[in-house]
Amino acid sequence: METMKVQNVTPNDLPWKIRYDASRCTLCGSCVAACSFRAIEPKVERRRMVFSESEFPEPKQRFSAVPVIRQAHSIKNYCRGCGICEKVCPNDAIGPQRNIDTRHPIVTRCLGGDSIKRGGRKNLEATTRTLDKLRVGRISQMTDPSLDAQRHTFDLLAPFGRILPPKKLPFGVGPEGLLESKDQAPPVRWIYPVIIGDMSIGALSWRMWEAVAMATAYLNEECGLPVRMCSGEGGMPVRLLKSRYLKYMILQIASGHFGWNRIAKAMPHMTEDPAGVLIKIGQGAKPGDGGLLMAQKVAEHIQSIRGVPKADLLSPPNHQGLYSIEESVQKMFLSFNAAFKFRVPVAIKVAASATSVSVFNNLVRDPYNIVGGFFLDGIDGGTGAAHEVSLDHTGHPIVSKLRDCYLAAVTQGRQGQIPLWAAGGLGKTGDLAADAFKMMCLGANGVFTGKLILQMAGCVGNDMGRCNACNTGLCPVGITTQEPALVHRLDPEKVAQNIVNYFLAMDQEFKKLMAPIGNSSLPVGRSDALISTDKAVAERLQIQYVC
Amino acid sequence: MCRIGAIKSLNYVHPSQALLLMQSQQKGHDNSGFAMVMHDLGGIFESYKHLPTLSLACTDEGLKVAEDILHAAGFSRVLQWVPETNDQPGLDINAMPNYVFETFDYPKHYRKAEQKEKEELLLDMRLKLRRALEKDEMGFVYSFWPDVVTLKEIGDPRDIGTYFNLWEPDNKFTARVITAQCRQNTNYDIVRYAAHPFFLQGYTALANGENTFYLKNVEAQRKMHRGYIGFESDSQCFLYTLHYVHRELGWPLRYYKHVITPLPFEDIERREDKDQLLAIRQSLAHLEINGPNTIIGVLPDNTLFTCCDAKKLRPVVVGRSADTVVISSEVCGINEVLPDRDWETDIYPHEREIVAVDSNLEVQRWRQ
Ligand code: SF4
Ligand code: SF4
Repeated sequence: METMKVQNVTPNDLPWKIRYDASRCTLCGSCVAACSFRAIEPKVERRRMVFSESEFPEPKQRFSAVPVIRQAHSIKNYCRGCGICEKVCPNDAIGPQRNIDTRHPIVTRCLGGDSIKRGGRKNLEATTRTLDKLRVGRISQMTDPSLDAQRHTFDLLAPFGRILPPKKLPFGVGPEGLLESKDQAPPVRWIYPVIIGDMSIGALSWRMWEAVAMATAYLNEECGLPVRMCSGEGGMPVRLLKSRYLKYMILQIASGHFGWNRIAKAMPHMTEDPAGVLIKIGQGAKPGDGGLLMAQKVAEHIQSIRGVPKADLLSPPNHQGLYSIEESVQKMFLSFNAAFKFRVPVAIKVAASATSVSVFNNLVRDPYNIVGGFFLDGIDGGTGAAHEVSLDHTGHPIVSKLRDCYLAAVTQGRQGQIPLWAAGGLGKTGDLAADAFKMMCLGANGVFTGKLILQMAGCVGNDMGRCNACNTGLCPVGITTQEPALVHRLDPEKVAQNIVNYFLAMDQEFKKLMAPIGNSSLPVGRSDALISTDKAVAERLQIQYVC
Repeated sequence: MCRIGAIKSLNYVHPSQALLLMQSQQKGHDNSGFAMVMHDLGGIFESYKHLPTLSLACTDEGLKVAEDILHAAGFSRVLQWVPETNDQPGLDINAMPNYVFETFDYPKHYRKAEQKEKEELLLDMRLKLRRALEKDEMGFVYSFWPDVVTLKEIGDPRDIGTYFNLWEPDNKFTARVITAQCRQNTNYDIVRYAAHPFFLQGYTALANGENTFYLKNVEAQRKMHRGYIGFESDSQCFLYTLHYVHRELGWPLRYYKHVITPLPFEDIERREDKDQLLAIRQSLAHLEINGPNTIIGVLPDNTLFTCCDAKKLRPVVVGRSADTVVISSEVCGINEVLPDRDWETDIYPHEREIVAVDSNLEVQRWRQ
């Protein structure tokens, strides 16, 4: 007999327990083959069987070795509750069940001597989100008719780029009494108010990344929605950099500068300007923490795009050498602006935090007129790997931070001059149009989203701790992995189709929200259109309280 | 529903015409007030065109405070006109004890000052007076500007006309441009300042309808100019935007429409001047207005204009004879004032145009 120790890990210590019904199992092996985490394994058990061979019961017993499926008892191969086994089992014989008695946070740390890491989802879901406590409450009525969402035309575009204050517009009045431009103004692009957030090639599988790029191109060229996609840190395939699709892409440069070598080299061969440049200073899912791409995910093509060996890739928490807003950021903006000859807007992304308003206040003064956008990222989002402790215990939610930034701009009379873009758990309930609309009313010019895009692609993870294994390189549906076998589970065409359809539906929904308040352009700053039944929320956001 | 109207003539016109213009649209308003601004004054004010006239409704104490402030600042009174009031019983009017129109000469050291400097002084004085009289509602300062008088009252427009003896035409109290509205503001508190038309530094604006971008407008305008205050009515924003675009930015009037109701991006893309239009749309996004409205405005050179919201949800008509142009919410108003005009030449402004009338009564129509 094996020696059992009470210290040994058992399924009861793990976050999920496998429900297995041997009587239904035909031992087809599908689940074992499908489990990317190796959380289940075939095992042989010695079983006793009682039988009788005579006319009268004469019980006898026999021992035989039978194959069964068992849950791995290891903290390395623990079940993530992704439910793939259940999906592939033809007989409903197996499936994960949440274990409320889990000791996972303790045993993992004790045995591994290392911090727990996981995909960027927050597990602290206790109450309703702030956004769900807001409703669109100013409905146009008799004096101010609402619009017909089906027939009316709407201007659903948001600015990306530095917007000059009216008195700085380089205008003069010509002899005909018409305004004439005397000078060049900073580049501003009017784009769809939902940007596909920065998820790197490397964090995503090549099929997933391609699917998103494909959806972006389709939305632009076939559906007339000028949706932009942010590359994420890590660069881009050279073929894309040289293609006409570059104009739909926002190039991200983060602290690791991964992939920028290639981008810089491709510059002379670019036939189109990129849609913009996004300098990532911080992120909301793990604020104050750098990027973390585990070696498992650094496949060959990632190595070549990023120009790195197969190793854990860590981006520092901040751009090295950026220690003051005034000097460093401006210097950097100048260099990127200059690289594209001031034709491409350059924006900055920071994490929502106690200091984000100060950063914003500083940027709003922007004497060089080069800050093309302020991307504010709150907790509750993210795909990347992070230490669980950062995910669960650091950062600010987005709603009030965005509001603070907007009101700070109002106080200075500079609203809209640096477009505000916000993210962090938006669309998490599935209704991105509603969330985005409310964020705009509170002052955002537009929003960006990443996690929701994964969900459109078929991600099975959730905020209740299911899956969240994006960091392991073992994504069971092929979204955040570079394992060829797993990547092939993802059908890029289907993913692109889902994304396109979601955006089309969302576009309709925007109109359905704009029509009742009688707006034909985006409701930026129309906080009077919102109400809240929660007094604290109403007060904090300075909107109407109703009960 | 608000009804608004304006008369611009080569001759001096008595406010009784404005009352008539509004009276015929009586079904369209709620008899809660009457207000008007007169530019290019005739009658007793005619020889004082270059000197500022204060329009004030106040208590006795308020009058004293106001005069003291002006005297202390070096202004000297050259003319005072207190309209004879007819306080008969039963009138529906909520009048202030005094209604005073006083013309002042500039302080000595300002007499040779640049026009612009004088204009800033006049604004500062008005703001100062307004602040001083706010206490206990001692008074309301509607305008302090050369060649302009303002009258605002709460009550039935007919009775207000009777109270101020405005029904009987005379040649003492006349002007070449009169804008008027019958109604108190309903969106916010009923206060005297809330009644249209609104006035600032030679600019007058009045509107009927609603500004659903009120909050956006206010949030932006509060920081744009010290004179952008009050915001007692959602359509006050129209005046401030007019002042900002025309005076502060120095842009021609036609761009006012591009600021308040910008063209859709799709249309801008097709325009030759798309760079300018786009820049305007993005830099002045917070001055955009939304909601159904018609605006009538007067510029410092007495140009009268009108324009509508981009969806054309509120009506307005422009009618004219050889010497007079009338703008009105309803055509019946014009019929009353210009019964013999050729109504076929009436203009029903388009949702994308500005109709402007200059001092020679030439009518210009600018397509946005
Ligand atoms: S739920 Fe997922 S991780 Fe768990 S056993 Fe099934 S396939 Fe494996
Ligand atoms: S399904 Fe893939 S992308 Fe979704 S949480 Fe799991 S590992 Fe991450």
